[in-house]
Amino acid sequence: MSAALLVAGLGLGGGGAAAGAVLPARARVPGAAVLTGAACVVACAAAAGVLTSGKPVTVHSAEILPLTGVTLSLDPLGAVFVLTTALVGAAVSCYAAGYPARSMKSRPAAGLLPLFITSLLLVPAAASIATFMAAWELMALSSLLLLLTGHRRREARDAAQWYAVMTHAGAAAILLAFVLMGAHAGGQSFAAIRAYAGGLPPTVRSLAFLLALAGFASKAGAVPVHVWLPRAHPEAPGPVSALMSGAMVNLGIYGIIRTGEVLLGGGELWWWLMVAGIGVVSALFGALHAAASSDLKRLLAYSTVDNMGLVLIGVGASGALAVTRHDALAALAMVAALFQMMNHAAFKGCLFLGAGSVQHAAGTRDLDQLGGLLRRLPATAALFGVAALSICALPPFSGFASEWLLVQGLLRGFSAHSAATAAALLAGVAALALTGGLTAAAFVKAFGIGFLGQPRTPAAAAADEAAPAMVAGMALLAVPCVVLGVIPGVVMPLLARAAGTALGGPPPDPVRAGTGLGLAGSTDVIEPALLALLLTAGLALAWALARIRTRARARRAEAWGCGRELQTARMQYTATSFAEPLQRVFEDVLRPDRDLDVSHLAESRYFEDALRYHSRIDDAVERGWYRPLISLAGRWGEVARRAQNGSMHRYLAYGFAALIVILVVLA
Amino acid sequence: MTASPLAAAGVSVIQLGAAVTGGPLLFGLMAKVRARAEGRSGAPIRQPLLDLRKLAGKEHIHGGHSSVVLPLAPLVLVASTAAAVAIAPLISTRPALGRTSDALVVVFLLLLGSVAVALAGLDTGTAFGGMGASRAMTIGALAEPALLVAVLALSIQAGTSNLPRLVSATLAHPQWAASPERLLALLALVIVVFAEAGRIPVDNPSTHLELTMIHEAMVLEYAGPELALVTLGEAMRLGLLLSLVANLFFPWGIAATGSVLWLAVGLAVLAAKTAALAGVIAFLEVSMAKLRLFRVPEILSAAFVLAVLAVITGLAVTP
Repeated sequence: MSAALLVAGLGLGGGGAAAGAVLPARARVPGAAVLTGAACVVACAAAAGVLTSGKPVTVHSAEILPLTGVTLSLDPLGAVFVLTTALVGAAVSCYAAGYPARSMKSRPAAGLLPLFITSLLLVPAAASIATFMAAWELMALSSLLLLLTGHRRREARDAAQWYAVMTHAGAAAILLAFVLMGAHAGGQSFAAIRAYAGGLPPTVRSLAFLLALAGFASKAGAVPVHVWLPRAHPEAPGPVSALMSGAMVNLGIYGIIRTGEVLLGGGELWWWLMVAGIGVVSALFGALHAAASSDLKRLLAYSTVDNMGLVLIGVGASGALAVTRHDALAALAMVAALFQMMNHAAFKGCLFLGAGSVQHAAGTRDLDQLGGLLRRLPATAALFGVAALSICALPPFSGFASEWLLVQGLLRGFSAHSAATAAALLAGVAALALTGGLTAAAFVKAFGIGFLGQPRTPAAAAADEAAPAMVAGMALLAVPCVVLGVIPGVVMPLLARAAGTALGGPPPDPVRAGTGLGLAGSTDVIEPALLALLLTAGLALAWALARIRTRARARRAEAWGCGRELQTARMQYTATSFAEPLQRVFEDVLRPDRDLDVSHLAESRYFEDALRYHSRIDDAVERGWYRPLISLAGRWGEVARRAQNGSMHRYLAYGFAALIVILVVLA
Repeated sequence: MTASPLAAAGVSVIQLGAAVTGGPLLFGLMAKVRARAEGRSGAPIRQPLLDLRKLAGKEHIHGGHSSVVLPLAPLVLVASTAAAVAIAPLISTRPALGRTSDALVVVFLLLLGSVAVALAGLDTGTAFGGMGASRAMTIGALAEPALLVAVLALSIQAGTSNLPRLVSATLAHPQWAASPERLLALLALVIVVFAEAGRIPVDNPSTHLELTMIHEAMVLEYAGPELALVTLGEAMRLGLLLSLVANLFFPWGIAATGSVLWLAVGLAVLAAKTAALAGVIAFLEVSMAKLRLFRVPEILSAAFVLAVLAVITGLAVTP
């Protein structure tokens, strides 16, 4: 049953791609959206079937890929990722049906979007090296081409170049890791590799894991291989960036769990401490940049780096605890990581869709030029607000539930009594605490500067509400932000099953059944549904309190402006000024590039004519690590160019010299 | 003796009532202590309550270009603080929903209120609102982690992050109250209370000098009943923070059973403890100068480091 559904889902996705590519202009976008939406619903059903029954489904077809054939196998671990992707995919399909940008209505773009979604559904189901790499490359190339729909802008071309290089370097590392494992195992199916995992020499195992980690961490946007993410995610069109941040980065996490825990069977303690360490650094780096950023989509992209860091902390803690045979604690940390991943997909998808609507309505995503959009785009603002509250981990929204579970997972881990693990867990707890406050600052800025106050430009003042399909797409993702926040217990059995598959062996259910979250073997519990009720009652009570003595309607009055009559929009705080104190506090990490140009009056240099202040925050990792690498490559290119000057005589001389050398060597 | 749901609900209602009246009275008490320390006689302690009553009778005015967020934020502030007050172990270790009264729940409920007020500051579309919101979120972003880690340090020792059980655990193991990790966490928490409640040296609640305001700048556009709600929310928040510090580090006197007599004792002891803490804070305030905004992160990072040290000490000591 599930097997048929899986194949049907992938087939429908392919149908969507074909519809987008061949249908005439008017039917193209709705046709592709309907078929892709159906594909996501069917894939969702398949994943739900696997998760509830706990039995993996396998499909093999020798005809599709020559030599190796296609092997698909959806187990509970993959099913969680398919479920999450399908949710984001369905919402994005709906949103894309109403997305007004011309570039997304062209034949290639309309065909590539369903293809991208289908490849995202395919990756977690792939069960052999060839199938996995084919799906992985399909995902990379379709998203790269979608990013290039904005090729008229220089930033988009730059971003595409970074993305292309990073994703292919990552794919090469992953392929090398798989080849190492496959060559030793003597087969290319994941089942064969897994069966042989114990027989791999330790150095090969570790080498394979490190290679896979490099490739997958880059896809997940972990520091220091994140540099493509804050460029590519903002430059992609609205629906594509939602898919990238909501679904594609998750597959990096999937790859790390699949390779490290399943294919290599757990491995060494230091692997997982490293994963947790990368997570801590990513979380802090991402949260800081998000708090300092004044570009709405760049802020969201850095917040993705932050959240993937939190997921990696959970995955690393789980791996470390599993190696030291604390199965119940490992399962709890893994469930927390998967839950955080799932919630992040929903709220970040929703936020990126909202940012896409804003960018389209106001023509810019620079927060310093927005403002007052709540009045112009009320529905978009409300849904963006729900997702923002959720990402700030405020009760009773979903971010709080997963943050609580993650903190509990780390705290319980302390009872494992291993100094190295305890240090990693402590760093994880500290990172979680620090990112919590920074995320709140970042999203108060995003919502407060973008949607509240007065419009800062005429374009922002004239922005129009997004099309109904776009609002519906956002709403589809806002629903899980509320539902998973109020009754998080409903998905726990499913996540526990996936964690069981990841860690091998039957799951020792780490979270008790129920609507709230209750840890097994402890009385610690939260009931967000009751909290939500309590908050609602509190709101009603406060509302009544405010009207206990005066019931008249509110009067409008001019705001206080130190006695000045007129308040202009230019007097408001901008995103840059909002972030300035935090930027100053964390100057050592952010290294802002600041410039003050003062020009003097011609008559006297004691009087200033104009002041120009310019502040820019570049990625310190990019500047410190990648720029030298790029200039080194450039220098080598110069050397090579001198050797290759286009003269036929010189090439003949090279050939002759090479022949002599070969003869001498062979002689 | 098992507490019935009705008794637990009664406890929560008493706690709410205590916070609604006691919070403003703490403000009044602190103003009085300050006045006396400065050689003035000062307003009566119940003055803040009278002010609230006066404000509640005024007309609703919404300033500037505000939207629905401005009138909504005080409601969220009061509701989230009230929810935290209702479930926290203040006069009894058995409040309603005590099972879900987790340390993280209380911390993030407080954050919900701060976020709502900061958004309201930006909603007015004025320079002051933005200035206050920006500064408050900066300080909040640094105080939040110290608060969280300090509470977690306590929960490692007790093996639970449930507040009522944390308090009961201290009652059962009195020697914990003087353990090194407790003292480190206490220091961190006290610094955080100064920041979260907006007291000197972090913020000066009585200033209206434009360039030094933090909290006051954010809520400058509030008037009438909405201003009353904001002030009430802040007062309840101060009461809650002081009560939690008192109960987590010195829980004796809190009612462990549901009998009316014990609840009365609990209420009286809580009033005494928070009044003493408030008096000490007010006295410290008089003797300190407000720090420059960019010196505040230094004391908050000190609080964070203290909290982390408390966790490390706890890990080293806990068997």
